[in-house]
Amino acid sequence: MTFSRRDMMIVSAGAGLALVLPSGAMAATTDELVAAFTGGAAVADGGITLTAPEIAENGNTVPVTVDAPGASEVLLLATGNPNADVAIIKFGPLAGSFAASTRIRLAKTQDVMAVAKMADGSFAQAKSTVKVTIGGCGG
Amino acid sequence: MAQDAKPRVKVPKTAAAGEVITIKTLISHVMESGQRKGSDGNLIPRSIINRFTCDFNGENVIDVTLEPAISTNPYFEFDAKVPASGEFKFTWYDDDGSVYEDTKAITVG
Amino acid sequence: MKTKNILGLVGLTAGLGFGAVSFADPADDKLVLNGDVEMVTMTTAPDYIDGLSELYSGWHFREDDTRAMQADDFDNPGYLGAEAARDAWATEDGSEGKACASCHNEPESMAGVRTQMPKYSEAKGTMMTLEMYINECRTERMGAEAWGWDDAAMVNMTALISSVSRGMPMSVAIDGPAAPYWEQGKEMYYTRYGQLELSCANCHEDNYGNFIRADHLSQGQINGFPVYRLKDAKLSSIHNRFKGCVRDTRAETFKPGSPEFIALELYVASRGNGLSVEGPSVRN
Repeated sequence: MTFSRRDMMIVSAGAGLALVLPSGAMAATTDELVAAFTGGAAVADGGITLTAPEIAENGNTVPVTVDAPGASEVLLLATGNPNADVAIIKFGPLAGSFAASTRIRLAKTQDVMAVAKMADGSFAQAKSTVKVTIGGCGG
Repeated sequence: MAQDAKPRVKVPKTAAAGEVITIKTLISHVMESGQRKGSDGNLIPRSIINRFTCDFNGENVIDVTLEPAISTNPYFEFDAKVPASGEFKFTWYDDDGSVYEDTKAITVG
Repeated sequence: MKTKNILGLVGLTAGLGFGAVSFADPADDKLVLNGDVEMVTMTTAPDYIDGLSELYSGWHFREDDTRAMQADDFDNPGYLGAEAARDAWATEDGSEGKACASCHNEPESMAGVRTQMPKYSEAKGTMMTLEMYINECRTERMGAEAWGWDDAAMVNMTALISSVSRGMPMSVAIDGPAAPYWEQGKEMYYTRYGQLELSCANCHEDNYGNFIRADHLSQGQINGFPVYRLKDAKLSSIHNRFKGCVRDTRAETFKPGSPEFIALELYVASRGNGLSVEGPSVRN
């Protein structure tokens, strides 16, 4: 079987399907969202874990898990989305752990970020880079 | 899509006193982001589940604020402490004002 | 899953053609449904399929998270469709005051049906897909309106009927009255369509395992249909997927439910004879 160079360039150029999420005019930036969450307090790196796939097969449904021992609440952000906020998770008195999993939308390759508010009032963060692939076959 | 929203919850039927159990929840909902355009070229208005809570015998387990970046058919998995027999109550709040509820009893034995 | 392979066909390397790109083996993994039912996702190809020696379910070509999502009905968002259809199954519709359940009792009575689809109907004198059998029941016995091929109600019902055959091997008949349909489907499978002049075989027989841009090409098996596509966040029918594939060759596509796609469905289904029914499955 032979594929000409031209055929393959056409496949390459034409088959892409972007996730269309145009920027909203009112979109809050990651920095603004973090500042609103922390009230401007310093945020330490580490102490919490954010698990996300290295490569998301499709940006529409990306599984993520945050584990923030000792946290009272966690801000989840997708720093490359037109609106960076994803969720705020508050752990109640009967939470069995400080972990939660969900599925999120990512518009493109970017860092997913979690900022945790600890019981003592301090803040910690974790980041994970997720590559979002753009498939060749729209179907 | 409010009329199509259907919650699904997975909770063990029994536990030991004080045991930590894992709960999974899923609700069928389109989670329209407000960022997409319809075939007429106009933006499709946002319509999402904006809050999800789980309580046990009136005490909170988890309380989540959802933004449009949560995927279609919102899914949450988390852990809960079970101090005694009782009932988990799950509540999803829709942008359109609808509230969807589900309950699951658990027996401590 | 190997990260570097994702880049296989992107950009300039695309100009070198498929031969120069990296190959990622189908994931070495076992699908056990709900921790209970072992699925056959890999098996020896039937002898009437010349171009394949080993069959692989499309499940093997997906990433870890996607594979895990399908392994548990609770995690599988496609199963929501089967659950919705379970309600519809028991709900009367049409002039005769009947529900599916009136004649067929529980949906579990449909176990095995999906393995034989599509199937030649002596009564109708034609090749019938699952969708056609469902509509035959609706119009001729329930006095209800036919569902559109890609109506949510229809796709959900095919998900329910498929779900009760999960773990059973696909076994469509290709001889006797089915033979001419099978020949027609085979002819289509190897015919190049569209401005890109691509046949089904160019991607799914000659190049499964390779990447077409960032898509890991599968064998194009249909034992997992209907599939919950992460891209669409909903269930998709076999013919809807065929339509997308043919469109991607830049051809005028056939319509879902057309005689061409029915024949193609039979042929493609026969290429997966021996693989477990997986529908509703999860794909990208």
